[in-house]
Amino acid sequence: MAAPLEVRDLRKRYGDREVVAGISFALAKGECFGLLGPNGAGKTTTLRCCLGLIAPDGGSITMVGEPVPGRAREARERVGVVPQFDNLDPDFSAAENLLVFGRYFGLDDATIRARIPGLLEFAGLTSKTGANIRTLSGGMKRRLTLARALINDPDLLVLDEPTTGLDPQARHLIWERLQGLLAEGKTILLTTHFMEEAERLCGRLAIVDNGRIIAEDTPQALIAEHIPVSPSSLRPANLEDVFLKLTGRDLRD
Amino acid sequence: MNHFTPPRLSVRAIAVWRRNFLVWRKIAIPSILGNLADPMIYMFGLGYGLGGLLPEALPAFGGGSYIAFLAAGTVCASTMNAASFETLYSAFARMDVQKTWEAIMNGPVALDDVVLGELFWAAAKATLSGVAILIVVALLGLVQSPLALWAIPVIFLTGLAFAGPGLIVTALAPSYDYFMYYFTLFITPMTLLSGVFFPLDQLPAGIQAISQFLPLTHSVALIRPLLSGQVPDAVLLHVAVLAALGFACFWIALALARRRLLS
Repeated sequence: MAAPLEVRDLRKRYGDREVVAGISFALAKGECFGLLGPNGAGKTTTLRCCLGLIAPDGGSITMVGEPVPGRAREARERVGVVPQFDNLDPDFSAAENLLVFGRYFGLDDATIRARIPGLLEFAGLTSKTGANIRTLSGGMKRRLTLARALINDPDLLVLDEPTTGLDPQARHLIWERLQGLLAEGKTILLTTHFMEEAERLCGRLAIVDNGRIIAEDTPQALIAEHIPVSPSSLRPANLEDVFLKLTGRDLRD
Repeated sequence: MNHFTPPRLSVRAIAVWRRNFLVWRKIAIPSILGNLADPMIYMFGLGYGLGGLLPEALPAFGGGSYIAFLAAGTVCASTMNAASFETLYSAFARMDVQKTWEAIMNGPVALDDVVLGELFWAAAKATLSGVAILIVVALLGLVQSPLALWAIPVIFLTGLAFAGPGLIVTALAPSYDYFMYYFTLFITPMTLLSGVFFPLDQLPAGIQAISQFLPLTHSVALIRPLLSGQVPDAVLLHVAVLAALGFACFWIALALARRRLLS
């Protein structure tokens, strides 16, 4: 079976700035792969290229076995997306959001309606089935967005900063759900700048800066490689130390 | 990337159409009544108020009453307005404010499908608006023959013809504020220069020539004879102008939306 996602030498230029400057990575089935990087590093542009929403200037992308952007529409049939900014449909209830979204996949209403109770339960939103989106908290909206991304039972989940803006309780609940999905065998591509999120969820991760991957390995190996053990340090080294060492301390926006 | 590459359409456009229909269904009755009120006020106000000053059966009004003349124009103008409001304010909200288009494109739906779904949705909603007025006009006894049923496809075509330009403006507009220019510079002058309120031959010759290039003129040229029981002249020409405008503007709107959202 084809790799869920394979990206080779991806390039995207805006004006004379190369936002993505030769990124390559591949996901194995069932793993969670993280793209870490400061704001403006090129993470979201990379994801948008992978989904076929913008055409790259160079390189090749194969998602769930389909060439992108050539057959992006077909590829997205087997992918679930949680975007960085909330875009649930405010005109609908929680259940209607799932129904309408399922129709975009060409699923018939009976199939979708059969999936809705399970997805709302997964998101902890059974009591909010008929509730308007405007009445949901930020954490509830994120969980519903995650449930929405699962309506087509995708092989690959693409999550762009899934817990940004959430409180710790809401964030932990999302992490628990994502771990559950990994246990079920889903493949996840995640961007984040929460190091704790990356350490908990990602089997492998790549640190991206200025449109390039500057390090790629398991979280533990990255820590071991980049932060020497020092007997005088007050706490064990973590991924945040690696991140700051590699990308510097300058503000990025 | 060339934004003008031919549209790649799929049946997923129907899912986009159905999404808008589902929203509308929740507010169907107030929506229809709201769309009916404004044109009715103008039609009764001008039709009976101004029409009362005029002798019956003037040749300039096709030998009928002024209100019958105005009724046909009102059907056309209110179809135009409904298609314009839907593709400007409502589509802009979905594209820019609510990010609904973005969400849809995370599924296996191309922007091409989204814009096509919006085009046909606006045309459908405009058809409801135009047909609602047609029904009122028929109940008032201002329709002369079953030929008026042919007005329904013309109303749909009018909706398409104005949904296209509306989507172009939406794809270009930085914010809602710019829609006012479209209405004051395009829609309002067109309403006055297309034979909605008075016959075109009241206008100076130069302006009459301009009128022939306005899409609403072609809509009025089809609907007015149909309501008074006559077969319109040059049907193919008028139909071709309206359809060509709708689809040419759809293509341009798609190219502009691609530039705005996909680059």
